[in-house]
Amino acid sequence: MDRVVYMDHASTTPTDPEVVAVMLPWMSEQFGNPSTMYSLGLRGAKVVQNARESIAHTINADPEEIYFTSGGTEADNWAILGVADAHSKKGRHLITSTIEHHAVLESMEYLEKRGCEITRVPVDGGGLIDPEEVRRALRPDTVLVSIMYANNEIGTIEPIADIGRITREAGVLFHVDAVQAAGKLPLDVEELGVDMLSMSAHKFYGPKGVGLMYLRKRTRVTPLLHGGGQERGRRAGTTNVPGIVGMAKALELADNRMAEDAVREAALRDRLWEGLSAGIEAIHLNGDPVRRLPGNLNVRLDGIEGESMVLMLDMEGICVSSGSACTTGSLEPSHVLLAIGIPAEHAHGSLRATLGRSTTTEDVDHFIKVFPPIVDRLRQMSPIWCENCVCKQRN
Amino acid sequence: MYSELVMEHFRNPRNIGVIENADGVGEVGNPQCGDMMRITIKVKDDILEDIKFQTLGCGAAVATSSMVTEMAKGKKLDEAMDITNQAVAEALGGLPPAKMHCSNLAADGLQAAIKDYRARHKA
Repeated sequence: MDRVVYMDHASTTPTDPEVVAVMLPWMSEQFGNPSTMYSLGLRGAKVVQNARESIAHTINADPEEIYFTSGGTEADNWAILGVADAHSKKGRHLITSTIEHHAVLESMEYLEKRGCEITRVPVDGGGLIDPEEVRRALRPDTVLVSIMYANNEIGTIEPIADIGRITREAGVLFHVDAVQAAGKLPLDVEELGVDMLSMSAHKFYGPKGVGLMYLRKRTRVTPLLHGGGQERGRRAGTTNVPGIVGMAKALELADNRMAEDAVREAALRDRLWEGLSAGIEAIHLNGDPVRRLPGNLNVRLDGIEGESMVLMLDMEGICVSSGSACTTGSLEPSHVLLAIGIPAEHAHGSLRATLGRSTTTEDVDHFIKVFPPIVDRLRQMSPIWCENCVCKQRN
Repeated sequence: MYSELVMEHFRNPRNIGVIENADGVGEVGNPQCGDMMRITIKVKDDILEDIKFQTLGCGAAVATSSMVTEMAKGKKLDEAMDITNQAVAEALGGLPPAKMHCSNLAADGLQAAIKDYRARHKA
């Protein structure tokens, strides 16, 4: 089958052709290094400065508060390791949640092994953090709170502004992993009350390998990368001119069409959920039904395992992902699904579809049509389906 | 990620199902770990006359289950007992390193079924 239905936009997005077009000259004739003194390089410096101003304007920051990185993972690592190091005299306690991305969780674990104390605040059954839990976790030696804006698996949107008020009141730095939110939700660093914020361009139709950290003025953070004077001496490495130009364009485009995309994607997502839940028995929604990203659908199916669903859907040209152990690269199923109280045996049967700009009604209807026979087939193969299945429970 | 042969067995698994009134049943794995297998066998004159499986799990779990039934069918019980997880993985042209543990299900399930048969038919 030639048709490809791409429903994994939370994983990555195709680079917008308009973005590619503005990037190309900076890879060919305008290849100069912005850190040089001649005009070929200085043109690159100028275009990077324009990108910095454009992005700063979009998130209500100053251009000097934008630091370009290689992506979201670097920004998350930098924020956490950099703050822990620079503020170690004040304390060695950090707060995060149980459902963060691994870039945050594993940075926290790294610190924990080196003597820091980490508090992981729990979430409710929909994945929501109670800001009061963050308040209760604060201690005199707390140096950082790091909470994601929107979850990558179940799409839950966290009450960042409420948490920001609490951290500001307490005088504790607040980092937000906005990798899934950028380009989909309004980002105003003043309204949100954040001190640091991570983004990654390829999640909003920009190129891979580029991201940024917003870092509020006068925030002390030890650099992660050493070696050059780029980014005001705080992030070494030759400036990724085409990437930065592309990211600024991608953010501008996303910001302009944000409301329109959200309405369209939410309608398609709801159509998909209604179609699947009408045609398949024992299928359940994972996550908060309302406070979630517009294009995110995460479900679990009794009696079958996620990877086998992903492989079968791939044969029909549909690209989706799963939180089963087999797809997380470990023996454990998704930590997010476990954190919202889904038992391991059900978490293995989860499937995530994330819709995007290219998703059409035909794509959704194709999915609704081809998925039920796949589910039937896998359930016929399953040794547990007929033990605990609804067909028996109903009788 | 998977070899063409693994995908072929995943797409068209051999010997799927349950043998009614089986002579031996083997059940290994655990839904909490995301994979589980049940093998039922029919034995005649010390030979595996028929064998069927049901598997909950990933592509590797399904493919190794399918392959082990194909390797065991028609074999003497002692020969079937000698099939190792490693041999099943090799017969499939190898598995990705992260998936090797999935292949443990297949031969273990077969051996469990044969042991069950032998326990039931102790002279």
